[in-house]
Amino acid sequence: MPDCLLKIGKHVFNSRLIVGTGKFSSLELMQAAHAASGAQMVTVAIRRIHLDDPSGKTLLDYIDRSKYVILPNTAGCFSAKDAILTAQLAREALETDLIKLEVIGDSRTLYPDTRETIAAAEALVDDGFTVLPYIIDDPVACKTLEAIGCAAVMPLAAPIGSGLGLCNPYSIRIIKESAEVPVIVDAGVGTASDAAVAMELGVDGLLMNTGIASADDPVLMASAMRNAVMAGRQAFLAGRMPKRLHASASSPMQDLIGTKPGN
Amino acid sequence: MRAFINGQEREFRALVTLEELLESVNAPRTGIAVARNQRVVKRADFGTELVQDGDRIEIINAVAGG
Repeated sequence: MPDCLLKIGKHVFNSRLIVGTGKFSSLELMQAAHAASGAQMVTVAIRRIHLDDPSGKTLLDYIDRSKYVILPNTAGCFSAKDAILTAQLAREALETDLIKLEVIGDSRTLYPDTRETIAAAEALVDDGFTVLPYIIDDPVACKTLEAIGCAAVMPLAAPIGSGLGLCNPYSIRIIKESAEVPVIVDAGVGTASDAAVAMELGVDGLLMNTGIASADDPVLMASAMRNAVMAGRQAFLAGRMPKRLHASASSPMQDLIGTKPGN
Repeated sequence: MRAFINGQEREFRALVTLEELLESVNAPRTGIAVARNQRVVKRADFGTELVQDGDRIEIINAVAGG
């Protein structure tokens, strides 16, 4: 079965993997990992510039915007007010309507503040943004964000940077079965099998950073994630066989040269 | 006149435009955005927007993050 493209607002992607830019030991390594991942969208954070720094090169020098769509994020914001201003600054700096909305509610778990996320999403949608909110794996919160007009919902697999993999596949399934916008699982994917498991549930894509950047070999892991996302997607489209408690022989049980036990 | 730029207090002898302020702190010319007192200033207005005493200026760019 041929796959459809991933559509987020007016943006269309062949790749279902979105990759972060943080935690790489060098920007050259990040660049190589991005290439190996096959991603077409990368997310960046927004921070104050360093004053009186004439050094020249910036992160954007390592992202070829003819190959990658930039998805700015509001990581580090703890209120709707800060997230809205950060998004507006990101739009001005990067000339994009896309925003990965993150409003954190707790600095230890980095779980999102649902109330502030919804408030910020409402304001940003009204302001013309294409909003991709990072949110808890809560089907009700996801439906609310969709009703507001978010272009996608991004429930977490596990806490950011934890690498725990998909902690609650049942919630993700419920979110996916009721969503009419793309569901992008964001955060917590630790290795390729986590990515495949998430994609096999039928979600539309994955966003990851630490799982690649903190691997011993980030470029090889980026390639593994690319393959896992594709494998998981194909397995979902193919439709897995039902699970059975007992065995079902693959070879005929007739015309045996011996006798079956019990006969 | 003084302004707070990215949280740091800076003194200016005379009124300055945002463009002049950006030059004074060696800000890159591309990939940045500016907010003056929590309001985003369009790039086209940098040359005409005057910084007022006590203004809080934020200058941002994209950095690595997930």
